[in-house]
Amino acid sequence: MNVLLALPVVLPVLAAGVSLTLTRRPTAQRAIGVAVLLVVLADAIALLVSADRGGPLVTQAGGWPAPFGITLVADRLSALLLVVSTTVTTAVLVFAVGQGVAARSPSRSIPIFHPAYLTLVAGIDLAFLTGDLFNLFVAFELMLVSSYVLITLNGTARRLRAGMTYTISSLTSSLLFLTAIALVYAATGTVNLADLGRKVEGLPADLRAALALLLLVVFGIKAAMAPLHFWLPDSYPTAPAPITAVLAGLLTKVGVYAMLRTQTLLFPREDAWPVLLVAAMLTMLVGILGALAQDDINRMLSFILVSHIGFMVFGLALFDVRGLTGAILYVVHHITAQATVFLVSGLVVRRAGTPAMRKMGGLLRSTPVLAALFSVPALSLSGIPPLSGFVAKFALLRAAVATGAALPLAVAAVAVLTSLLTLLTLGRAWVRVFWSEPGEPRRSTVDSTPRPGTRVMLGAASALAGFGVLVAVLAGPLAALSGRAAADLVDRRPYLTAVLGAADGNP
Amino acid sequence: MNPLDLTVVLVVAGLYTVGFLLVLDRSLMRVVLGFAVLGHGSNLLLLVVGGRPGAAPVLGTVAPGEMADPLPQAMALTAIVITFGLTTFLLALAYRSWTFTGHDTVRDDVEDRRLGSVADRRAREERE
Repeated sequence: MNVLLALPVVLPVLAAGVSLTLTRRPTAQRAIGVAVLLVVLADAIALLVSADRGGPLVTQAGGWPAPFGITLVADRLSALLLVVSTTVTTAVLVFAVGQGVAARSPSRSIPIFHPAYLTLVAGIDLAFLTGDLFNLFVAFELMLVSSYVLITLNGTARRLRAGMTYTISSLTSSLLFLTAIALVYAATGTVNLADLGRKVEGLPADLRAALALLLLVVFGIKAAMAPLHFWLPDSYPTAPAPITAVLAGLLTKVGVYAMLRTQTLLFPREDAWPVLLVAAMLTMLVGILGALAQDDINRMLSFILVSHIGFMVFGLALFDVRGLTGAILYVVHHITAQATVFLVSGLVVRRAGTPAMRKMGGLLRSTPVLAALFSVPALSLSGIPPLSGFVAKFALLRAAVATGAALPLAVAAVAVLTSLLTLLTLGRAWVRVFWSEPGEPRRSTVDSTPRPGTRVMLGAASALAGFGVLVAVLAGPLAALSGRAAADLVDRRPYLTAVLGAADGNP
Repeated sequence: MNPLDLTVVLVVAGLYTVGFLLVLDRSLMRVVLGFAVLGHGSNLLLLVVGGRPGAAPVLGTVAPGEMADPLPQAMALTAIVITFGLTTFLLALAYRSWTFTGHDTVRDDVEDRRLGSVADRRAREERE
């Protein structure tokens, strides 16, 4: 029994319980939240180091051996994503604490926020660590139920409308997931991922294709892959900035992770998957064209999020070590950059008093810091060297060229076009928000005196932007690590052996 | 492969059909009902995949071959709890939405409509 593996899930859940009893003492709630996340971060780093050195770490919950009990696995991919996600959730929590402090009336700091946020973190961690298909469903539910609460926080009419769309589409995907689990169990008699990895191979090819497609649709809805993305740009923008940041940065990526894990482990392929390549292309184009038309800054960023999901799906669709390396690098880059850009946009909206870009303008003079801070993740998302987006995009393009086939090259061309359009969209937004003359007189109620909370928020956003730069600085070791993680995914043997033991592991 | 009871399979198919039809409706109340029906469908499906019925899976009472498969039942129980909790949450959302607007239909996205109307206006201006 390895305690390190259970800690990222158990600790936030326990802390959420304690936090719930402290609803009248916001300071204690904040302290618990930040402290727990820091412990989980240290734990995640320890997991990453030992998984990279000695292969996947495995814990059988309750001591039941592998196909029967619930398995927790931390291989290189899970541990790496755990480190990145915990870094982002910690920064976002600090930002949210700053926002709670900065809120003028005490009624605006919401006691349920901290418990819900901690269960959300527990759900994300469990999704990364679990080695069991049904447990993955439970992790998704833990994560999604918390996000339903967070997205409808305060229950204003706008948030309810958006939250309703979000809740219903997520629930539909959850029920489809449940259906997929039932069918997988009917076909194989197991829900343990490693055990499935062995048994799915023995199924008839058409049944295997049906199960792969069903799981792809399920995780495609969660990851907002076109044509299953319609709910996202409608529901994310209305939530408070830190919540949008964590949902946009992490929840869709958990869907991408589940896709990576299930498709590579359960349905390994020799060459690229055309269906997924076309879906990736469609996702990039639909997302970025949608972003070009937007006026609301958060909606624009949501559409950009959708379009960049296509890049990760592209890496998976290639189904080789290079493509998966690119996909993993892209997930790491995108979690950080997307969360940062939403935090900064939260600060911008707060400063301007409106999310509509046509009413902003001239913010460069009043807040040069924000203008600089916005440009870091924006340039990174557009793939400008030397930032992290360039590293990830370059890895993907190189993987596409290495295959030499027509369809991957076509998708690569679309990827380049999408990056240019991202630069155009974000550059135009920068000019409209920071540079141009104010479109309409701003409301005088927005005061510009810096408060301690604002400084905390600015600090958290800058720290996250700095982490994004760090990802680019460490590009060499990170790419090597992603390469090893991708090789593990393609090889499958390390995972199977670690979970099932040496005798059963070799397929 | 276990023999399946065709009646149960047909019931599952019916529940999925009715559930998806209701979820596609604009009235929130019907969406909630659809979700409940869909939840029943998937829970029943989980039970069906457990194979033929059998004795209680307690060691020492009957031979292992005559026992029912307990795992799908455990999964169905978990799923029932989750769908039950979420149905309640959806009902609360629908009620809250009703107190705001006085009706329970899903409304259009205002920002989306606004952008659409801007595009329409521009197209009209260009034609003139």
